Amino acid sequence: MAILDILKLPDPRLKQVSTPVEHFDAALRDFVADLEETRQDGPAAVGIAAPQVGRFERIVIVDCSSRPKTPNHGNLVLVNPEIVHWEGYEMGREGCLSVPDYTGNVIRATQIRLRAQDPEGAVHEYEMEGYEARAVQHEIDHLDGMLFVDRVVSRRTDLYQRKTYAKKKKSKPAA
Amino acid sequence: MSDWMMLTLVGADRPGIVSRVTRALCGVGCNLGEASMLRLGGNFTIMMMVATEQPESALRAALAPVADELGLRLHIDTVNGELHQHLLPNVQVRVSGADRTGIVADVTEALAAEGFHILELESDVAGDSASPLYIMNIQGHSERPVERLVEALAGLDARGVSVDVAAIDLMIG
Repeated sequence: MAILDILKLPDPRLKQVSTPVEHFDAALRDFVADLEETRQDGPAAVGIAAPQVGRFERIVIVDCSSRPKTPNHGNLVLVNPEIVHWEGYEMGREGCLSVPDYTGNVIRATQIRLRAQDPEGAVHEYEMEGYEARAVQHEIDHLDGMLFVDRVVSRRTDLYQRKTYAKKKKSKPAA
Repeated sequence: MSDWMMLTLVGADRPGIVSRVTRALCGVGCNLGEASMLRLGGNFTIMMMVATEQPESALRAALAPVADELGLRLHIDTVNGELHQHLLPNVQVRVSGADRTGIVADVTEALAAEGFHILELESDVAGDSASPLYIMNIQGHSERPVERLVEALAGLDARGVSVDVAAIDLMIG
């Protein structure tokens, strides 16, 4: 197990497109363990992608389980992930281990259907929404050499479609 | 080490202001930091951090021809850099209502009483001159829960101001 170095912008390798994983062997599982350790070492990252540590294969980890109110599938190692269906869109704020001290608003699909292999090579499908779906889209972007800074929209462009809190009914003032 | 200055430039809007101003600063070796450049009404406004070892007078001299030609007013303050220390907003407050005096004071007073830290506020006057609509978008940091802020702002409703408070869920990946 080892904590790996994270590539940071403007490192041009972050723009590289990663190749599909073909061998589901012990070396892959060792790398996944290192990748997970690296994710947990950083500042509260819910996801990490292999190219962020300089391995240009289609492997990401997403884990939103630390957020109890967020619907999530636990710790997911997604090998050769593919989004097969998108629905809706919403704005949300993102940051990235590869872009320290910067956050920006990005539009992502609200709901996705995802197909991916696990580290043993078995194929799974997941229905995801909201925060977890956002994390997966952010990580898959890394596999295609895309960073969230390439997708940031102006803060003035207000497209938030998020949950709001019901206002309390006003009580009549005492007579 | 460079010292930082905050340059404020304001003038009637027209194309080309940013390129002319920044080229002049580049010419005297200034490095630009964080900036906000925005059209407000018919004016273009620049607030820009500039790192330089030049004295203020050198900056003024470099900018004078551009400012004169484009009709820009210039103001310079010496400031601390304090880069790489972004505070992250966790709450967004959206406000809209028929324009009247006091909306901003009413909303921000209520937020300040809850210890809310405004990191960014932008506002627009939409609609038309007969019935202007004031729209404001605040992002900030609150130690207190969203529900508490909603309660604190509840009275605004009765005064014709619609207020929407929502959490900003930062996703780091």
